[in-house]
Amino acid sequence: MNVTVNVNGKSYTRDVEPRTLLVHFIREELALTGTHVGCDTSQCGACTVHLNGDAVKSCTLLAVQADGMNVTTIEGIGTVADLHPLQTGFWEEHGLQCGFCTPGMIMSSAELLKHTPNPTEDQIRHHLEGNYCRCTGYHNIVRAVQHAASAMQGGATQAADD
Amino acid sequence: MTDTKTDTKTEKYFGQALKRKEDPRFITGTGRYTDDIVIPGALHAAMVRSPYAHAKISGVNKESVTGLPGVVHVLSGQDVKDAGLGSIPVGWLLPDLKTPAHPAIALAEANHVGDIVAVVIAETRAQAEDAAAALEVDYEALPAVSTASAALEEGAPLVHDDVPGNVAFNFEIGDEAATNEAFKAAPRRVGVKLKNHRLIANPIEPRSSLAQFTPASGEYLLYTTSQNPHIHRLILAAFVMSIPEHKLRVISPDVGGGFGTKIFQYQEEVIVLLATRLLGRPVKWTARRSEAFVSDVQGRDHETEAELALSDDGLILGFRVNTLANLGAYQTLFAPAVPTYLYATLLNGVYKMPAIHARVTGVMTNTVPVDAYRGAGRPEATYLVERIVDIAAHELNMDPAELRRKNFIGPDEFPYQTPVALVYDSGNYEPALDRAMTMMNYPALREEQARMKGQGKILGVGLISFLEACGLAPSALVGQLGAQAGQWESSLVRVHPTGKVELFTGSHSHGQGHETAFPQIAADELQIPIEDIELIHGDTGRMPYGWGTYGSRSAAVGGSALKVALQKITTKMKKIAAHLLEASVDDVEHESGVFRIKGAPEKSRSFSDISLMAHLAHNYPEDLEPGLEATAFYDPKNFVYPFGTHIAVVEIDTETGHVKLRNYGCIDDCGPLINPLIVEGQVHGGITQGMGQALLEDAAYDEDGNLLAGTYMEYAMPRADDVPTFQLGHTVTPSPHNPLGVKGIGEAGTIASTAAVANAVMDALWHECGVSHLDMPYTAEKVWKVIRDARSQPQAADD
Repeated sequence: MNVTVNVNGKSYTRDVEPRTLLVHFIREELALTGTHVGCDTSQCGACTVHLNGDAVKSCTLLAVQADGMNVTTIEGIGTVADLHPLQTGFWEEHGLQCGFCTPGMIMSSAELLKHTPNPTEDQIRHHLEGNYCRCTGYHNIVRAVQHAASAMQGGATQAADD
Repeated sequence: MTDTKTDTKTEKYFGQALKRKEDPRFITGTGRYTDDIVIPGALHAAMVRSPYAHAKISGVNKESVTGLPGVVHVLSGQDVKDAGLGSIPVGWLLPDLKTPAHPAIALAEANHVGDIVAVVIAETRAQAEDAAAALEVDYEALPAVSTASAALEEGAPLVHDDVPGNVAFNFEIGDEAATNEAFKAAPRRVGVKLKNHRLIANPIEPRSSLAQFTPASGEYLLYTTSQNPHIHRLILAAFVMSIPEHKLRVISPDVGGGFGTKIFQYQEEVIVLLATRLLGRPVKWTARRSEAFVSDVQGRDHETEAELALSDDGLILGFRVNTLANLGAYQTLFAPAVPTYLYATLLNGVYKMPAIHARVTGVMTNTVPVDAYRGAGRPEATYLVERIVDIAAHELNMDPAELRRKNFIGPDEFPYQTPVALVYDSGNYEPALDRAMTMMNYPALREEQARMKGQGKILGVGLISFLEACGLAPSALVGQLGAQAGQWESSLVRVHPTGKVELFTGSHSHGQGHETAFPQIAADELQIPIEDIELIHGDTGRMPYGWGTYGSRSAAVGGSALKVALQKITTKMKKIAAHLLEASVDDVEHESGVFRIKGAPEKSRSFSDISLMAHLAHNYPEDLEPGLEATAFYDPKNFVYPFGTHIAVVEIDTETGHVKLRNYGCIDDCGPLINPLIVEGQVHGGITQGMGQALLEDAAYDEDGNLLAGTYMEYAMPRADDVPTFQLGHTVTPSPHNPLGVKGIGEAGTIASTAAVANAVMDALWHECGVSHLDMPYTAEKVWKVIRDARSQPQAADD
């Protein structure tokens, strides 16, 4: 069936099987492979994207559920030339090692900072419960989010999100 | 808080906390992992896995999926046999080791839940998985066994008919007679019986493989999630597939974490290669997480009894250990080495132990194979040693820190020969202990612990001092011990005409930051900007043979190979400079980024002047080859022995049994730090993985061999709110035997933290309930029951 989704500001129409998950639509139909699949039970959060501005796990939604909606993926949040403050924060604070969970971490953290611009360490840790990282021990991820929060509070580059 | 002692040498790049060169692609979603790679026309494989831990396969009905949408081909164990493929080999042979055959697809018998019994190949992944679910396989269930102790019982089911009694090996190390004498004479002895339970590494990227055969050239290309692509190529070419080695190119692109479980040659890699050979189209497979749980090689799983002999004042006199190591259903690459040469040789810890004797029995069971998982043997040894030393401290009524201090090997006693084969290269244990205790304010923690008694919460303080052996390894030594591999590492340095530089290493980064740390070493040696240097790794088609990344070896062995190759480059450049400057080579110095004549610094040539002349060779020394590249193969002289002291503080809610890791601090010594940012990241992640074992993770099987924690819903890994902010510090004791002085740090956090957190919990329960040992993981239910039982028997709580 036909699905039309606006992804990172561009509209795509594709004919997909009804059972196609949003994450597979993004990765396989649109070749946006920054969104990752780390599990099959919605625990790991590597597939986190924004759907009409809210962070969602794209392995938990069917592509057809996103029909007519706006999706932002890691590729749409910033570029090497114009990084989102969270991307800068993760880089500056060594908030990643293997990089596999990183897109999901950034997309999930972006939602936190939208609602809670100046989060405490506890709020950051609590918010990221739905995202597994096996490399960093979360220590530098917390710092990365704090770094971004501080930059965004200081009127640095505004989020290019949504 | 970071308490970094910065007494390392002050090179321009070495020692600097540079942010990583590799990160821009990861933070923008443009990393390239195996599953991201698309080859047009690729087919997809889906594995049919045994639902039984042990079963006879009496039939695979391929016709049952014929005609289902998209189905192209079905493979069974018979096809693997007919193709003449070899068994997946074991890479470390102990004397009299029994190694059961490990075919890519089980032929007559499935030996664990998840063992592959057939494969469906179809046009799409969904079609392959649909057909795999529909494929009819006839099984006759057989009795199964899941624990090592059960597998050794009289009349236990045999996992493999050719492994009598399920015993794969009996291993012994140390001096039994001397240890018995020490125990006879010892006034005090303490014992412990413990289980170091099984874990699943769970890198967040699932394993994936994509193979392409080109019939016209006979060449195979395999993209796979590997920590060591050359080992994969060697095994696949020489042992399993009989592909000429030069016709198989293995590329391990970005890899989303390894932790040991991506070292091994897996069944699926053989299957995609066989399928592309048979079908003439590329074939891809990517694990579902639920498949990873029943097919990724698992870790730990020891059952141990041990006794420590001491003097009345706490001097260690002897240590004896008997361990059953559960190997699972097959032996993978390093499986026999992990519970022997990477475990029993570490039982000396950081102490002067006059006599040690250990036995290890390797036992086959109907469970997923067990092999190296972050730390690989050293966490098991550290847990045992540090647990029993703590029990001794409690029973002798000594402070755990003081008992340790009293038994430390002194700083002037290195190199130190232990009774269990190893020779420690360097160490200085007391400063690490002192600094850790100061950093964490240890006396105040003990006061707080006393104050909190009876307040509804109990505090536990776990302190451990540890070392590990890493930087694997001197080739001749490991060869004597049974390794079927060398353990040197390679590096190639290629300087281009414009002075830009490519480094190639046989080690592999899957998160460890090689693409930054290796150029840091090179930029100092070549005296050029780090931006002019790129590290390339993970492709057998591009770099010299190398043994890959595991055992915290990349910096100590791969980094040393790089250093030697760089020195070859600068030596050659000096010769070219001498020619251009019309000077003797002895008069040329490489300083401030240029090659110049000593005493006449105005006569100089830049790095790129020389690199250009090496390629033009117009005005050039007669006896020198043109070009500018150098390769080095570095074989280490010894292991390296990082060490440190870790302190964990837990708070236990006596009403619920919930254990909260409140504080964690450590002083690690891994020699000079190439990049402190990367080192600290490795320690953070290591601590968290180790605390996961102590408090959360458990790959539990039932007695019939069913994995009870088979998804992230049941297998609890540490989340962001399970850990505190860590306090880190370093002392710096260089290794005397490699050109960088560096030791490994990738596994130290994990090796130390399981024991530290476990000791913290047991410290709390000892003080509250008088319980000297409980097995991990310390779930709320387990801890609550102990507290409840102690309260119903008040006399047991007498401390």
